[in-house]
Amino acid sequence: MQQTRRATLVLEDGTRYEGYSFGFEAPASGEVVFNTAMTGYPESLTDPSYEGQILVTTFPLLGNYGVPPEGGSPDLSEHFESSHIHCRAIIAQDYAWDHSHWLAGRSLAQWLKEQKIPGLYGIDTRALTKHLRDSGSMLGKIIIDGMEEPELYDPNAENLIAMTSCKEVHEYGPEDGKRVVLVDCGIKHNIIRCLARRGVRVIRVPWDYDFNHLDFDGLFISNGPGNPDFAGVTVENIRKAMTKGKPICGICMGNQLLAKAAGASTYKLKYGHRSHNQPVRRAGTNQCFITSQNHGFAVDDSTLPADWEPLFTNMNDGTNEGIRHKTLPFFSAQFHPEASSGPRDTEFFFDEFVNML
Amino acid sequence: MNKDASIKKVLLLGSGALKIGEAGEFDYSGAQALKAMKEEGITTVLINPNIATVQTSEGFADKIYFLPVTPDFVTRVIDRERPDGILLAFGGQTALNCGVELYRSGVLERYGVKVLGTPVRAIIDTEDRELFVEKLDQIDIKTIRSSAASDIESALAIADDLGYPVIVRAAYALGGLGSGFCDNAEELAALVEKALAFSPQVLIEKSLKGWKEVEYEVVRDRFDNCITVCNMENFDPLGIHTGESIVVAPSQTLSNDDYHYLRSLAIKIIRHIGIVGECNVQYAYDPSSMDYRVIEVNARLSRSSALASKATGYPLAFVAAKLGLGYGLFDLKNSVTQSTSAFFEPALDYVVCKLPRWDLGKFHGVDRQIGSSMKSVGEVMAIGRTFEEAFQKGLRMIGQGMHGFVGNKDVKIDDIRGALAAPTDKRVFVLSAAMRSGMSVDEIHELTKIDRWFLYKLRNIINTAAELETYDSLEAVDPELLRRAKQQGFSDFQVARSVLKDKMTDTETANLLVRARRKELGIMPVVKQIDTLAAEYPAMTNYLYLTYNGTENDVDYLHDHRSVIVLGSGAYRIGSSVEFDWCSVNALMTVKKEGWRSVMINYNPETVSTDYDACDRLYFDELTFERVMDIIELEQPHGVILSVGGQIPNNLATRLDAQHVNILGTSAASIDNAEDRHKFSAMLDRLGIDQPRWRELTSLDDIHQFVAEVGYPVLVRPSYVLSGAAMNVCSNNEELVRFLQLAANVSKQHPVVVTEFIQDAKEIEMDAVADHGEIMAYAISEHIEYAGVHSGDATIQFPPQKLYVETMRRIKKVSAKIAKALNISGPFNIQYLAKENDIKVIECNLRASRSFPFVSKVLKINFIDLATRIMLGQKVEKPAKSAFDLDYVGIKASQFSFSRLQGADPVLGVDMSSTGEVGCLGEMTSEAVLKSLLSVGQRIPQKGVLLSSGSVKHKLAMLDAAKMLDARGYRIYATEGTRRFLEENGVRATLVYKPSDTDMHPQALEVLHNHDVDLVVNIPRDLSSDEITNGYKIRRAAIDLNIPLLTNARLASAFIGAFTTLSPDSIEIKAWDEY
Repeated sequence: MQQTRRATLVLEDGTRYEGYSFGFEAPASGEVVFNTAMTGYPESLTDPSYEGQILVTTFPLLGNYGVPPEGGSPDLSEHFESSHIHCRAIIAQDYAWDHSHWLAGRSLAQWLKEQKIPGLYGIDTRALTKHLRDSGSMLGKIIIDGMEEPELYDPNAENLIAMTSCKEVHEYGPEDGKRVVLVDCGIKHNIIRCLARRGVRVIRVPWDYDFNHLDFDGLFISNGPGNPDFAGVTVENIRKAMTKGKPICGICMGNQLLAKAAGASTYKLKYGHRSHNQPVRRAGTNQCFITSQNHGFAVDDSTLPADWEPLFTNMNDGTNEGIRHKTLPFFSAQFHPEASSGPRDTEFFFDEFVNML
Repeated sequence: MNKDASIKKVLLLGSGALKIGEAGEFDYSGAQALKAMKEEGITTVLINPNIATVQTSEGFADKIYFLPVTPDFVTRVIDRERPDGILLAFGGQTALNCGVELYRSGVLERYGVKVLGTPVRAIIDTEDRELFVEKLDQIDIKTIRSSAASDIESALAIADDLGYPVIVRAAYALGGLGSGFCDNAEELAALVEKALAFSPQVLIEKSLKGWKEVEYEVVRDRFDNCITVCNMENFDPLGIHTGESIVVAPSQTLSNDDYHYLRSLAIKIIRHIGIVGECNVQYAYDPSSMDYRVIEVNARLSRSSALASKATGYPLAFVAAKLGLGYGLFDLKNSVTQSTSAFFEPALDYVVCKLPRWDLGKFHGVDRQIGSSMKSVGEVMAIGRTFEEAFQKGLRMIGQGMHGFVGNKDVKIDDIRGALAAPTDKRVFVLSAAMRSGMSVDEIHELTKIDRWFLYKLRNIINTAAELETYDSLEAVDPELLRRAKQQGFSDFQVARSVLKDKMTDTETANLLVRARRKELGIMPVVKQIDTLAAEYPAMTNYLYLTYNGTENDVDYLHDHRSVIVLGSGAYRIGSSVEFDWCSVNALMTVKKEGWRSVMINYNPETVSTDYDACDRLYFDELTFERVMDIIELEQPHGVILSVGGQIPNNLATRLDAQHVNILGTSAASIDNAEDRHKFSAMLDRLGIDQPRWRELTSLDDIHQFVAEVGYPVLVRPSYVLSGAAMNVCSNNEELVRFLQLAANVSKQHPVVVTEFIQDAKEIEMDAVADHGEIMAYAISEHIEYAGVHSGDATIQFPPQKLYVETMRRIKKVSAKIAKALNISGPFNIQYLAKENDIKVIECNLRASRSFPFVSKVLKINFIDLATRIMLGQKVEKPAKSAFDLDYVGIKASQFSFSRLQGADPVLGVDMSSTGEVGCLGEMTSEAVLKSLLSVGQRIPQKGVLLSSGSVKHKLAMLDAAKMLDARGYRIYATEGTRRFLEENGVRATLVYKPSDTDMHPQALEVLHNHDVDLVVNIPRDLSSDEITNGYKIRRAAIDLNIPLLTNARLASAFIGAFTTLSPDSIEIKAWDEY
């Protein structure tokens, strides 16, 4: 058994959870959110949508299969969803000091130390999750025994999209493929992989890039962290693009930005959807899908203009899971068809988009 | 809503008697399906001869037929009941096979019976290996490369082509029956011959030993919506049957890519096959790449699906039944949250560990190695928030003397490396010993192929134990270390043994000391809920477990003293299975009905009592003193019922009483007076009640002296057994000495109980319920076999058919005396021997017995309901009805699973060996005998019968039966002595030579191999078994060649008498409520 330092999570309401540190030993703070997925910590940790958040995994065992090696490039990682970890910290009940997997290049603890991210174990994550469920997501900070106490940090007060978006334009896929402008609001790399795999030329642009001067066959708006209200520029650009009538598609943040461009509004959910098991139903059909999700904000269906309609609905709480234009090729999903991590049942979503080009 | 409105009446096929590979899980899935139908207002008809099940109880199905689940009987029920639909997926392989036959023979079409759920075509596609591979080839899914053979020659040719080692699988057989690994042609030829006796076809495939084994439980509705409810990973690598493996849920060593790769394949497969309902997909998965093979798909509810239901809280069988009616998953609600959709995949926030329970020690000659064929008789499921916690809990739940991964009695293992490479039922002990001997995880992994992840976790336990061992007083132990030990699932006992070592003389006191110290330090377990969504949504059910990995309880305890805790039965094992689940469930129903909060503690995933809607609160946790006390302290109940779950809860009586727990019903002191051999014997002497002479002895000389007094044979019960069965009958000096020298220890520490063995005595059971010492209801039943066959193996008739009225009267009187003397309140059972009119008491249990559901259902008085009301302090009336009023008889017959226990001698003795039972009703004894024996796999012979009947007494006992066979035109084959005897008595018989006369023909084994006979009656000469005898070879060959075998003269006579006088067509088809 490893000798580890005591560490404590303190929530903004004063609730304390005592545990031990297994990652980088430094104070941290952020918004505390829980994810009920049972696999996929390397993907989650590198998912830019977790920027500024402290991730609580409800599955009690963490680190079992270690961490795959770095591979690919900073623009397109082989095994991860971005070039680095975005979570401020990760918290679990139990940490596996010894991992086992043929692909693992190092342990989770090693990786966290490399990336200077704290990790806590020995915390009653179920009690913590219930507290977050009942009281809503809240801010929290991690105090490592013997180290100074950090200030609370509210990521939602910041433009996280700007923080996580690329700064330059990158292109992927065959040069002769249909041209898709991919707006990076804090993109997960698997969206790039899913598009490139389908033979399109992906032009990845920063969140505030005015892509309307580019020549493209379709527009794709990525996922991203935080509050969609910060992406006013992007919304404006999408609105302009809508006048062209070219196919527009969005995922997660992309769904919210498309909704905003259409004239609808968004709101913050009490504790969000972060899991691999969210059921959604395609409006007006008997088709249902298990989806991977990670979002704290949602589109308010009731504010959709008359020429728009819900495309998918969450079967648990009835919230919006996607929208579409009634006549034009504009549609989006609140869930993650690119999965990674999570179930891959909705990858057809990319086919539907590419087929429209 | 998408329900098929044309379905008004449904027939459900059960799985029959519990057997290895097909056990209590199908009571659970059938009961769930019936509940789903009932909720829809659909009339249900159930065929299941297993009378001890919950599903065959009042209130579950509208019509219940205690009949064999065979095409003939089912056709006759269909003809009578005219159901609109049939459910085939809820009764295991038995129901599925029967359904396929009914489909093929056109019965279902003829009667317009619609198969609900997965179409039969899809079932056939998954069951026939060649079709299956073809089907999956169509969608480029990799299967294990295999080829079918229907004779030995082609099997050998295939294996030559593939290269050894190969694995052999029999088609249409569950639990890996007739399956195994072969390293060479010789082994292959032997196995294939055996397998072909069960199945027309075997499959030879390349062995993938050492790969991971992973399973997905998949659900699909008719709208093509799919979910995977759970995945599971085997601790043991491929090569060990999943029923023999330790299994964890969810998978632990799969990355997200691995997990979802296999998940997507599973969904692709079930869409292509066209499942509607539930199925499981089993994979072999390469530990060093993403290569996989599909092992098999089961198009029905299975042991794994029952486990998955319990592991996740997702009621698979219930949902599958609804989908069969046409619903979409989106029409149904998650029954735990009651607000979210049933179309979702459970998120677990705990880890589940399933461990198998073997009873190989009960069998003579059985091969103890575990492999591709299933031998375990039960399983447990442990829940924790670390793997170590779940694993150690599970080892205790198995109930075979393990305290966890450390702290057990030292088992001497001569060759650890050899034992690691060739695992047996003791492999966990071997792993522990290997680690303690200093072997590295890598070394152990090389030998076992168990994933290093599991081994690392086990090493954590070893390390913690080593740290504890550095202390020698409890007070000195670092509180953090103590907490960590508890978080890794250490029991108080393990802590005490690690710290106190040799100083621990009194286990009980030591346990209590650790408990007190823990409480002082505030190290207490917390209660967590299984809610299917990892706390994302609130749960409306109380499906609970305890863990030390947490700081907060999920339950707000009111401490209103309105809880009544019922202790369940634990793992199914030989001697304790579904009957105690029936008792537990009925006690819970009464507790609830009477206005109390019903609370269950049990950990067996194959049961109905662990269904979270069977009670108000379910603690899926250990039945150890430590854990039961934890729960009692949390619940602060009105009282605890420990007399309905068999021996495990009963054994807690004294210790709970010492902690001032309110034990409902008979007092702990009385229980102790009945359990303690000396106290009970002295009481009987005081009351002037006769018993067989016995003595507890500590030396061989004393034993000889006692035997000189009572004479042979004697029953010998050692308190410490080295190998083999725990009990033996010895007929002469030689046997006695050999047994005591080879099998048992005799010493002051390990005394041996020797009892006179009364031959040719009847054995009689008294099942009863008393209130403050007064018997309120009773049932006397009679064994068909003479004493010497364990009561759990015997064939029992109720009401008794051939008992003197005088004997009955005496039994009643003596029972009343005992009930009064022990002031019994609640259920009890007394076993008697009767010869002429003399009766002797052989055993008394102050708890419900195995036969309670049988007598309750035959008499139609629910003994458990009555007993529970008494235990709750109600004044009850004596039921007006008695067994004398019955116009019919019930026969309870036993199911044996020898075919799965390679090498075991299929002979009945004083130790129980049956794995299940059935109970059938008839207006005549012969009719009930026939129904019940056909239900346990006997078949009416069409050709010939092989008789070989030990002693003269047995020959005489068989004479009438032999005459009847002869008169009916059966060809009788007999071994020398038997043939001579038959000829002398005017019965024609063909001589066959014994296996030892290898050069003489015809030889008994030849006759069997050629299938010239389709019934073997082989009566052992005496009750001791000698593995190398001719009798053993004949019996074993009969089992291996799937030829029905009877080894008891009285039972064989009853069966032969029944089928020679009654034709199966003349058997009346009547539902339970029509008797």
